[in-house]
Amino acid sequence: MTTIDDQAAPIAIPVRPDETKVERHERLRLLVRSPTFLLGCLLAGIWVLCAIFGSLIAPHDPVSPDILSKFEAPSGEHLFGTDKLGQDVLSRVIMGARSVLVVAPLATILGTVLGTTIGLVTGYYRGFVDEATMRVVDAILAIPLIITALLAITAVGPSKKTLILVIGFVFTPIIAKTVRAAVLGEARLEYVQAARLRNERGPYVMFAEILPNVTGPIIVEFTVRLGYAIFTVATLAFLGFAADPSVPDWGQDISAHYQSINAGYWWPVLFPSLAIATLIVGINLIADAIAQLFER
Amino acid sequence: MTDAAIELQDLQIAYTVRGIDRRVLRGVSFSIGQGESYGLVGESGCGKTTAAFAIMRYLPRNAKIQSGSIRLNGDDMLAMSGAKVRRLQATTLSMVYQNPASALNPSIRVGPQLGEVFGLLGVSKEEAAHRSEAMLHKVQISDPQQVMRRYPHQLSGGMQQRVVIAMALAKNPTLLILDEPTTGLDATVEAEVLDLIAALREEFGTSVLFISHNLAVIAKMCERVGVLYAGRLVEEGVAQEVFRDPRHPYTVGLLRSIPRGGVRKDETALDTIPGFLPRLGANLPGCVFEPRCGLAQEICREQEPELYPVGNGRVSRCHFHDRAQELPRVAPTRLPAVQTANGGPLLEVANGSKTFKQDGQDVRALVDISLSVRPGEVLGLVGESGSGKTTLARVLLGLTAPDEGSHLALDGKKLAGKVEKRSQEQVRSLQIVFQNPDGALNRRHSVRRIVGRALEKLLGLGGRERDERTTQLAESVRFDQTLLGAKPAQLSGGLKQRVAIARAFAGDPRIVLCDEPTSALDVSVQAAILNLLVELQTQKGVSYVFISHDLGVVRYISDRIAVMYLGRLQEVGDAETVFGGPHHPYTEALLSAVPTLEGEERTRIRLEGEIPSAANPPSGCVFHTRCPRFLGEICVQEEPPLAEVEPGHLMRCHIPIEELRRLQAEAPPAAQSKTTT
Repeated sequence: MTTIDDQAAPIAIPVRPDETKVERHERLRLLVRSPTFLLGCLLAGIWVLCAIFGSLIAPHDPVSPDILSKFEAPSGEHLFGTDKLGQDVLSRVIMGARSVLVVAPLATILGTVLGTTIGLVTGYYRGFVDEATMRVVDAILAIPLIITALLAITAVGPSKKTLILVIGFVFTPIIAKTVRAAVLGEARLEYVQAARLRNERGPYVMFAEILPNVTGPIIVEFTVRLGYAIFTVATLAFLGFAADPSVPDWGQDISAHYQSINAGYWWPVLFPSLAIATLIVGINLIADAIAQLFER
Repeated sequence: MTDAAIELQDLQIAYTVRGIDRRVLRGVSFSIGQGESYGLVGESGCGKTTAAFAIMRYLPRNAKIQSGSIRLNGDDMLAMSGAKVRRLQATTLSMVYQNPASALNPSIRVGPQLGEVFGLLGVSKEEAAHRSEAMLHKVQISDPQQVMRRYPHQLSGGMQQRVVIAMALAKNPTLLILDEPTTGLDATVEAEVLDLIAALREEFGTSVLFISHNLAVIAKMCERVGVLYAGRLVEEGVAQEVFRDPRHPYTVGLLRSIPRGGVRKDETALDTIPGFLPRLGANLPGCVFEPRCGLAQEICREQEPELYPVGNGRVSRCHFHDRAQELPRVAPTRLPAVQTANGGPLLEVANGSKTFKQDGQDVRALVDISLSVRPGEVLGLVGESGSGKTTLARVLLGLTAPDEGSHLALDGKKLAGKVEKRSQEQVRSLQIVFQNPDGALNRRHSVRRIVGRALEKLLGLGGRERDERTTQLAESVRFDQTLLGAKPAQLSGGLKQRVAIARAFAGDPRIVLCDEPTSALDVSVQAAILNLLVELQTQKGVSYVFISHDLGVVRYISDRIAVMYLGRLQEVGDAETVFGGPHHPYTEALLSAVPTLEGEERTRIRLEGEIPSAANPPSGCVFHTRCPRFLGEICVQEEPPLAEVEPGHLMRCHIPIEELRRLQAEAPPAAQSKTTT
């Protein structure tokens, strides 16, 4: 038999050695060099460290009411001052990171997993189920997020678990919409038809064929939602629905002291507020950097 | 040279990609005289469009002009201020892009949009409207008033491109850049647009830079041509001479890969160019073509050749330009003979119809198709876009269910409309190679997984057996085994298409549908893929249904041809019968539309107007509105049957075959012969 030597045969040039690896490496390097990303990591990183090693870093016991030293202004002893119960604000801010950074990421993960699944199913199968689901999603999105969450928590009563579930569920429709849009684009591609032409089942097509191709938008959506989740957790705590009222919590502390601002005691409010702001800004900077990377 | 309209001197441009500068133009020099038409050819990624954008000063933000100069009428464009450049862009430079739909603003009606160009020249609104109308007349739009009131999306692709050309010429530019202006258009429309450009160029005396990957188009449209390879001009000269007597191995290789002059797979194999285009920004100390060149010697690796003059103003960047045509063939001259197995039809469609519902309207994409595919044959499917070729393929595969009353049969056994309802045996018998390998392969899966999964699902193989078959399959499509772990993004277009072919062959199919399998590929790669398909056919005895708009390719590979128009079969017959004639008037028009490299002018028939809408097809013979051999009332009233006019040759036309034979031997009919008397 005659052979046809071409492309793959005679002049053996190693074919674009590991283009994806090179590309991933280059992308990663670009990310690591991006000032946005670095600043975001720095800001968020501080609070992650506080959440993990809080008890080692905190100079005082955050829960030690001392009525004699209440509302002391920031000083060498108490860098951020003390609150109305005489507890060290710095220590409470440091320890407060934990409650937010446990609830918010878990809730976001829950929302992302559920949202991704719904997005995949509706985007792949289309038809009636898709129509119905999307109308429900639109309806949920029309109600302000915080009100939906408030109603649900009032009904069940606040706890760490309910907070995670409620915020997770509230985020699900938004993430589902994003994922569905990405899936619609993918499902048109011929590799999905090729899968049908070898009798592939729906779940395989959705999770093994399509899902790996829509991870980009999912990661971006996850980081963006994480910022919102932190904000939501803090807001709920401010409104009196802290996961656990006995441990330090930024939103709860702000709510407990904002009326004292008029009396000149600004420090118990300012520092937890700054904590929330820096954490959210940090997360958003990371989200921006990642989103930019996927656009390129 | 002071009389040049545009002159590029040693232009070097790099793109910054992921933080690293990558050179795309490695010192390109050429000039275009006043009123001259200059063609730039080369495969994708060679830098053709970058050169055009550099002249327009439209380079993307990550591009850097590293050195060199661009002179427009002797003025250095790179030294100009932003304001001056913008004025030039508004008054003396024009560019027509490949995709007219995105070149026009979808929210502005054609009239005001065209008027804007005149507005920039300082013409009053009324005058602008006047001139716009005249301009649309010039680009042969028959009802300018009407067209000016429409939005771009209400026009067909050919009309849109005319409007873009009108806009480009409205300012009477010094230089008109055409970047693949007809690549997205059907052959019949392309022919019209090319005629139009040629006529306008004569009228306006504009200098033209014509960019195309299609050598035949360049041969038809340009006086001089430059061949670009890896950001380097490798050959330049008078177009006809370069194509007749190429003096650079790259040009030689390109020309050898094109199926032309009616060659067929059983006569000559196409040659190919081995290897790949160097990576963007690769460091190439010697000749840029050296790694792929069969003539390369030690000197080629070490020393970059200069542009040697090879007579008559021609130059070639090759140390061995005098022996360029001795470039050894990579592919054998002949492919093993294909024997078409005899016997009953393998796949049959009877009364195949498909109606789509669109905005409450019935759109009949396929109408009463009756066709069969025999074992071991290649059935070519041709027709303009919208003729239903792809719908037919999807119906055969079961991806789109046909209308009630359609009959599909494989081996005489009924074939369900939906792939999900077909037996495992039937599913693996019918496979497809898609047009675009990028979309057809999952970019997150390795080649091994893509091919392996098909083996698993179609043949039920697993473990070592599957891996062995994967390796065998890779070998049979000449895919390097060491690349099995690669993801599609790491592979070139040709290699990706090989993977897609391997997947299609995984289940030992009996029929493989090839839907424009080479139209997304460069010509040298196309040749390699066509050779591979022919080889696989001989080895495995499969049948192909081969869809393509490229008649040269279809003629090369097909045993039989079916011509479709508006969802209906117009002509079916052996390839040589259909191409040799007498043909159906539609086939005749299609053949006449294709430009040839030899520059020989065929009998010129131009189809007028666009393909009618399938939602509202013409009465009688659906082709009567555009038919160059229109008879009269009978064509409007009565649809001719698809009749066997000669043994094995079916045609849907009222004109008797002997009459067609006589007519087609004569001169072509005048363009306007459609007055019913």
